[in-house]
Amino acid sequence: MNEYADLLIIGAGPAGMSAALAAAPSGARIVVLDDNPLSGGQIWRDGPQASLPKQARQLRERLHACANIRHHPGTRVIACPGHKQLLVEDADRGWLIDYDKLILCTGARELLLPFPGWTLPGVTGAGGLQALIKGGLPVQGERVVIAGSGPLLLASAATAKHNGAQVVRIAEQASLAAVAGFALQLPRWPGKLVQSLYLFDRQYRTDTHVVAALGSDRLEGVRLSQQGTIVELDCDRLACGFGLIPNVQLGQALGCEVTGSALAVDAWQATSLADHYAAGECTGFGGSELALVEGEIAGLAAVGETSAAEQLWPRRARWQGFARALNGAFRLDPKLKALAQADTLVCRCEDVPYAAIAGHRDWREAKLASRCGMGACQGRVCGGALQYLFDWQPSPPRPPFSPARIETFLCVDETPPA
Amino acid sequence: MPDMIVDGRALHVAEGTTVAAALALAGDGTTRTSVAGQRRAPLCGMGICQECRVTINGRRRLACQTLCQNDMHVQTRP
Repeated sequence: MNEYADLLIIGAGPAGMSAALAAAPSGARIVVLDDNPLSGGQIWRDGPQASLPKQARQLRERLHACANIRHHPGTRVIACPGHKQLLVEDADRGWLIDYDKLILCTGARELLLPFPGWTLPGVTGAGGLQALIKGGLPVQGERVVIAGSGPLLLASAATAKHNGAQVVRIAEQASLAAVAGFALQLPRWPGKLVQSLYLFDRQYRTDTHVVAALGSDRLEGVRLSQQGTIVELDCDRLACGFGLIPNVQLGQALGCEVTGSALAVDAWQATSLADHYAAGECTGFGGSELALVEGEIAGLAAVGETSAAEQLWPRRARWQGFARALNGAFRLDPKLKALAQADTLVCRCEDVPYAAIAGHRDWREAKLASRCGMGACQGRVCGGALQYLFDWQPSPPRPPFSPARIETFLCVDETPPA
Repeated sequence: MPDMIVDGRALHVAEGTTVAAALALAGDGTTRTSVAGQRRAPLCGMGICQECRVTINGRRRLACQTLCQNDMHVQTRP
């Protein structure tokens, strides 16, 4: 029933796949978990309306061909009941995994900020819409507005258009100067330059942000502030994401140090906790190329191949430069902190409005008074928003990290009652 | 090619389709009713926000991370 891994990897995106493949030649027993039904993470999400790049397909084939790598898709971490032990659950059962070394490749999620109307059906994250379309969501003939910040807006627009949607506006909150400054640096990473030229869209507007989603039972339109002027556009979907935030919850719960909003790692991708490593977006947003090399370093370091890991440091430094340029260019304008109105729901799980949250001293006090962050998502959405809005540090999560079945908890103590 | 039932309605979808997409193919795409009574639909698309939780064959699952399979019964209303 229970399982043992010399090396347990949480997350089968670029970082996790790359870590597993780097560590595999050591012969270590490797287990890779992911809560999605297929490997590839968000960037290489497969589906009936997705087209995977060759590199992703090859990595996936190599991963599945390795006899000493066991992959558990559709599996979530529920708790950390003992030292070097995790309680996990899939669609059918729960079980315990004991491990010697662990690599966290938990990725990032979108920063979703509350604005009037954002709970209407038809409003999604920007990467959220892209993921849903890849999974088969029909958008043929629909009018789509994409808003927020960062290069994900263009990628999401490309997926929507490819599947027959009409993208009526792409609203980027950053200034033209910031975006142009970033674009001018792109020749340093030629692959990224080609990608951005391919993705450019004539509906792209800088200095433009969402003000409200309009509609009664379902989204009917969007109000934007476009370079200082208010405009309203009719649309069927609004995909709005304000960049990415690292998924640090599991690392935090295990006791790994967090700096800023990411898991802190050293040159070996080791966290502050012995035998626990982290790679990819959970250590800070940087894109798939950075995630791949970080994963490789972590995988090699975890099996003691330190000299091979060290050889990869220059490649990592090159992509860290890209990450710095990116994060500087798409810094959020403080005026986005004023989007939510008094009656705008901030916590969507418990339906807690902005007025019930603002004015508290910190996250804990607001939670106790209003129930914000205490619903099914455990503050993953409103906690990220409130960190941006009020600079509140979310407290480390307590198990269960995710809604789980009672039978799963019974795995923790198998001693029959006296 | 999975055959399934979504809120009492028979549906036939392409292999690899998520339950979140199937709900949009079968109806208005909504997944749950919020504490205050609003209908909600998938938001994050990647297993974070829990807005897309539905009941599939009696168990609570996330529609965006569940692939359609034969004989699935999906319910979005209690």
